[in-house]
Amino acid sequence: MKDYTKNVISRRKMLKSTAAMGAAAGASIMLGCPAVHANEAPTIRYLGTAVNMGSEPEKRLFEDTGIKVKYISKTTDEVVKTILTQPNSFDIVDSEYFSMPKLVPSGSLLGMDTKRIKEWDNVVTAFTEGKVGGKTIGDQGTAPKKVLYLKGADSKEFSSEPSRYVTLIPTVYNADTLGIRPDLINRPINTWAELLNPEFKGKACILNIPSIGIMDAAMVVEAMGEYTYPDKGNMTKAEIDLTMKIFTEAKKSGQFRAFWSDFNESVNLMASGEVVIQSMWAPAITAVRSQGVPCVYQPLKEGYRAWAAGFALPSTAKGRQADICYEYINWFLSGWMGAYLNRQGYYSAVLSTAEANMEAYEWDYWMKGKPAAKDILSPTGQKLASVGEVRDGGSYEDRMGGVACWNATMDENKYMVRKWNEMIAS
Amino acid sequence: MVRRLEIGALPCDKYLIMKLNWSFLLAFPFFSVFALFFIIPLTLTFIVSFWDYTEYSIIPDFIWSNYQYIFEGCFDFNVDACLTFRTYASTLFYCFFAWLLTLIIGFTVAFFLAFHVRSLPLQIALFLLCTIPFWTSNVIRMVSWIPLLGRNGLFNEFLLNLGVIQSPVEWFLYSPFAVLLAFVHLYTLFMIVPIFNSMIRIDNSIIEAAYDSGSSGLQILTNIIVPLCKPGILIGSIFVITVVMGDFITIGIMGGQQIASIGKIIQVEMSYLQLPAAAANAVILLTATLLMIFAMTRIIDIRKEL
Repeated sequence: MKDYTKNVISRRKMLKSTAAMGAAAGASIMLGCPAVHANEAPTIRYLGTAVNMGSEPEKRLFEDTGIKVKYISKTTDEVVKTILTQPNSFDIVDSEYFSMPKLVPSGSLLGMDTKRIKEWDNVVTAFTEGKVGGKTIGDQGTAPKKVLYLKGADSKEFSSEPSRYVTLIPTVYNADTLGIRPDLINRPINTWAELLNPEFKGKACILNIPSIGIMDAAMVVEAMGEYTYPDKGNMTKAEIDLTMKIFTEAKKSGQFRAFWSDFNESVNLMASGEVVIQSMWAPAITAVRSQGVPCVYQPLKEGYRAWAAGFALPSTAKGRQADICYEYINWFLSGWMGAYLNRQGYYSAVLSTAEANMEAYEWDYWMKGKPAAKDILSPTGQKLASVGEVRDGGSYEDRMGGVACWNATMDENKYMVRKWNEMIAS
Repeated sequence: MVRRLEIGALPCDKYLIMKLNWSFLLAFPFFSVFALFFIIPLTLTFIVSFWDYTEYSIIPDFIWSNYQYIFEGCFDFNVDACLTFRTYASTLFYCFFAWLLTLIIGFTVAFFLAFHVRSLPLQIALFLLCTIPFWTSNVIRMVSWIPLLGRNGLFNEFLLNLGVIQSPVEWFLYSPFAVLLAFVHLYTLFMIVPIFNSMIRIDNSIIEAAYDSGSSGLQILTNIIVPLCKPGILIGSIFVITVVMGDFITIGIMGGQQIASIGKIIQVEMSYLQLPAAAANAVILLTATLLMIFAMTRIIDIRKEL
């Protein structure tokens, strides 16, 4: 009997407390929800490659603006695919300029209003005019200035004249070249032609991403004196055939150790000594060096292959959500993020604000090409260079001024991809 | 017609229909999973393979050009084989040797487990041992070969120290050898399991009878064990061949991306949003694989044997 009562009580208690909990939950759903919405930190879903996505910027952004960011990280090709097939899955996208000839005619992106960008007038001239330090730089391929301006807010056509609306608000860019292992080569390298030098037979590598690989291949072909392209970034079928023929022959003779398609593969190939000269991206060089293996991002006399990225909103963006995105972009260009990018070896689109956020010795090393006055640290605190070392390729003017061509989407893209596949199959 | 009416008139008719309904209900969950994740996507792939496309969109249409593009130049025998034929030749090469090697090794291991290991617990223990590599991911098992096989890898260092070789062997890694090694490592278990399963079902008294009648070990193997293992061999072969036909990761990683595979071509086309072209390639790959499986089931009637 006693037990029974006890049980009943405990059951009642439980029922009571459950009901209370339920009521509380119900109340919070009914009453709390709108309030939560109003007070909730604005959140944006940010689609892009991993370049600008770090936990440091995420924290800093929240401290400065109260905006929360949710990263959706994909490869370059998948970013394009997502923009076209799932335009509602993100609020802001970080895309590359060479995707614009594909994306703009589709109408899936909004023309970006430069009037809403505080620092617009300070965006580097490499984007707006195709000039660095007053000097016109190479514009073969999909140079940003060719695909920057739109004819109007909803236009699907590029404008050759500067206009208020642009395709992407520039964020980050860099000049790419070959990476080498100086300890295994033991002699100066100064031309793209060295990639096919029989001396490096079985120790060379090129990247297996057709649209970028073809540009590196073209730099090599031109450096070898085999052919001078009117525009490397927009080859004719005959030019594609010629380029691929030279590379097919090299491949058949065993010039290449491997091809890479993933950033980490390029790091491993280089660090393990399988490859001594190859196409590489700047952060891969840093990754090899941080393993204690010497690796140089070799400046070459023919110049660099450049790339550039920027922000866009999907064409469905509107109202408050679009305002938050513009606020985010303005924060991005306001300096802290620019310094963060510069410290990784990239360049930020607004240099004046980045400079204000960097120490003088850092600015001298990264931008002026001067020897490091102190140890140079990455944003995460890893040592990248010791006192006295100079950045590969030197100053901003030397590196960006030496750009020969840009990542590109060719008119004959379909044919190029096919020919590239044929080379891989040979 | 008449006969059907007759059956319809039978009193058990109602019961039959009920039974049919029940079996349909029981099969329905599997049927719906099958339809949702297999039949519908496959049908869509087939439909899209006839569509047109631009850089940024796919356009509903009915055109043959995706298929024409695949076989462009393939029937001009004055020049080298076309991309498609060369790629299939390379894929078939790996398919054949991966199949042959996994079959030989798989059969031997299964034979040892089934006939030489007498105690059941030991049999189970050794069988589980075979599955241990599958506790890690496919890619990790593959990548773990790279430090062993590389130019400055463990094997080369070992051989150099022994003085067997004077300079590092290059063909250990990023070569057809490396690709086959990885295939054998990854897929031999697919052979072991079904063959072992067939073998333990063989009645020992048959083998004893053959032995008593004076058969040699080889005769027992060729006349009894191999014929009775046919279903296991076939199932294992289907696993290995279908996996190798569609593979592009193993060939990519171990071949240093210098070796063509159909899977890689499809992947490249998809990344450039040439989805109809990729769909057409997938349809052809599927057809080729189905033809191979069809041919194998012609040789061994799996339904009869099971």
